[in-house]
Amino acid sequence: MSTDILDAPGTAEELLQPRNTPGRRVHDLLHRLPALSPLIVLVVAAIVFGIANPRFAAPENLSIVLQQAAVVGSLAVGQTLIILTAGIDLSIGAVVVLATLVMAKLAHDSGVPGFLAFLIGFLIAVLAALLNGWLVTRLKLPPFIVTLGTLSIFTALTLIYAQGQTLTLDPGGFLTFTGTTIAVGRFHLTVGVLLMLVLYLGFAYALRQTAWGRHLYATGDDPEAARLAGIRTGRVLLSAYVVAGAVVGISAWILLGRIQGADPNAGINLNLESITAVVIGGTSLFGGRGAVVGSLIGALIVQVFDNGLALVGVDPNYQVLAVGVLVIAAVAADQWIRSVKS
Amino acid sequence: MTQAVLEARGLVKTFGHVVGLAGVDLTLYPGEVLAIIGDNGAGKSTLIKCLSGALRPDAGEMVLDGTPVSFSSTQEARDAGIETVYQTLAVAPALDIASNLFLAREVRRRGILGTVFRMLDTSGMRKQAKQHIDDLGISTLQNINQAVETLSGGQRQAVAVARAAAFGGKVVILDEPTAALGVRESGQVLKLVRDLRARGLGVILISHNMPNVFEVADRIQIQRLGRSAGVITPTSHTPAEAVAIMTGATTIDQVRDAHQTTPTG
Repeated sequence: MSTDILDAPGTAEELLQPRNTPGRRVHDLLHRLPALSPLIVLVVAAIVFGIANPRFAAPENLSIVLQQAAVVGSLAVGQTLIILTAGIDLSIGAVVVLATLVMAKLAHDSGVPGFLAFLIGFLIAVLAALLNGWLVTRLKLPPFIVTLGTLSIFTALTLIYAQGQTLTLDPGGFLTFTGTTIAVGRFHLTVGVLLMLVLYLGFAYALRQTAWGRHLYATGDDPEAARLAGIRTGRVLLSAYVVAGAVVGISAWILLGRIQGADPNAGINLNLESITAVVIGGTSLFGGRGAVVGSLIGALIVQVFDNGLALVGVDPNYQVLAVGVLVIAAVAADQWIRSVKS
Repeated sequence: MTQAVLEARGLVKTFGHVVGLAGVDLTLYPGEVLAIIGDNGAGKSTLIKCLSGALRPDAGEMVLDGTPVSFSSTQEARDAGIETVYQTLAVAPALDIASNLFLAREVRRRGILGTVFRMLDTSGMRKQAKQHIDDLGISTLQNINQAVETLSGGQRQAVAVARAAAFGGKVVILDEPTAALGVRESGQVLKLVRDLRARGLGVILISHNMPNVFEVADRIQIQRLGRSAGVITPTSHTPAEAVAIMTGATTIDQVRDAHQTTPTG
C-alpha cells in the first residue's frame, strides 16, 4: 500500500525535470568540479597571451611562470586546508617569512647545519599554526580575528629577530637546494617547483582518498552536522591548522631557494596572494567546497596575467586590476554554485 | 514477554532551576515502534538526548540489552548500538549519499594501501551503500554519487534514516522525522520506520504529528511537564484522548475510568 507512494512516477519526474535545463547542467558540473572554471580561465588566458606574443608560450617563459608561482602556490596548499574548514589564515605569509629568517639566521650567523636549521624553522611554523588552531578550536575565537592578531605578532617577531638584517645564503647549501634548477628539455624547473607539485599531489590524495580529507570537508561544510554524525570536529580543525603549518614550513624552504636568502620584508603580500589563489581556484570561503588543485590553477592564473600582460606591453597595474576582477568573479561563481535549487 | 532492548528508569535532568526530566521511565522492546509525544517543554528532546548520549542525566539508570550503560558522548551511544536521526539530519550537504552513509565510519582499503596510505575503499563503500538503500527499499535515492544538497527534504531524511538503519545495531531514535515533509515524503519515511521495525530494531519516534504517530506506533508514551503521563496504544485511545492527556485536560486514569463506564474503541 505504501509502496505505491514510493513508486509514484511524480517523484522521479520532479527530480529529473530541473536537471535538464542547460543552466542546471552547468550548475551540476561546476558543483562536482569546482576547479573547472578557473582551469578554463587559465587555458583561455594562456592561449590569448600566446597569440598576442609568441614568446609567452616559449618553454623558458613558462618555466619562469612556474618558478614565480612556486612560493604562493605551496602556501596556497596550506591556505586551502584552512579555508576548507570555513576559516582563513591571515598570518600565513608572516609565518613563512619568520620561518625563513630563523632557518637562514641559524645557518648563516650561528653555523647550524642546514638541515637542522630547516627543522627548527619548520617546527616554528608548526608551533605558530598550533597557536592559531588552539585559539580557534579551544577558545572558539573567529579565525579571521585570531590570525589578524597573530599576523601582527609574527610580523613583529620577525622584524625584532631580523634586526633589519637581510641574509644572503651561499648557493649549494641545503637551505637553498630548492632553488636548484633541473632542465627538462627546454623547461627549467626548480626543486622548489617540483616540491610544490608534490605537495599538491599529496594533498589532492589526502583530501579525496582518506577519511581525514572527508572529515575536513564535512566539518567545513556544516560543523554541527559533522559533530552529530560522529566526527570529532575540534580535532579535525586543529589537525588542519597543524598540517597547514607543516606546509608553511616547507614553503619557507621553497622561499629560501627562490630568493637565495631571507628578507624580513619579502612576504608582505604573501598572505593575501595565497588567499587570492585559493579563491580564484574555486574554493568556497564558506568552507567545505573546493579542490586543492584549484589553488594551483589560481596561483598560476595570477602569474600568467602578470607575465603575459608584461610581455604584451600593457601597464602592469592592469594585472592588479585583472586579479581583482577575477577574485570577485570567483566569489560570485561560488555563490551561484552553492545556491540550492528551488 | 520478550526482554526490553532499552530500558530507562528514573531519569532526571535539570538545567539550573529548569527541570527537563523529573524521573522518567521508558521501556522499548525489539521490533516495536514506541512513539513519544508531548507538548513543547514536556521533556521529549531532553529524554532522547539522554538516551542518545548527547546529554548525561543527573540521576537514573539505563539498561541496554540487559547491560547497564552510561554514555558521555553520542559516539559512545552509537558504538553501543543506539543510532539517532536528528531533526537537523546531521548530513554533510556537499558530500554524496555514499559518503554521508559512511561519514565518521569510513572503510579503508585492505592491505598496504589502507594501512600505510590510509586509502578509502570508495567503490566498496558505494557498493555497500547501494545495498543498504536497496535493502530498505528506498527507490527515491537512485544515484548514490549525488550530493545530498541536491536532494529533496524527504530524500535527505531517507539518507539519514538509511545511515541509522545500516549501522544501528539495536535502537534507532528518530526526532521529528516528518516535521518538514510533505504528505508523500512523510509516507516514505513512515514506510522506512515500519521496515526498521520489521528488521527487529527498537524504534523510538518523537513526533508532533498525531496521524503519523497513530499510523505507525505500537505504543505511545505521553510526556507531560518532564514526566511520563502514561503509555497508551493506538487501539486503546483515540488521538483526541492522547492530546487531552498531553495537554493536561485529562489524565490517563480519568480516561480509563471513562472507558470502563462506556466501553468504546
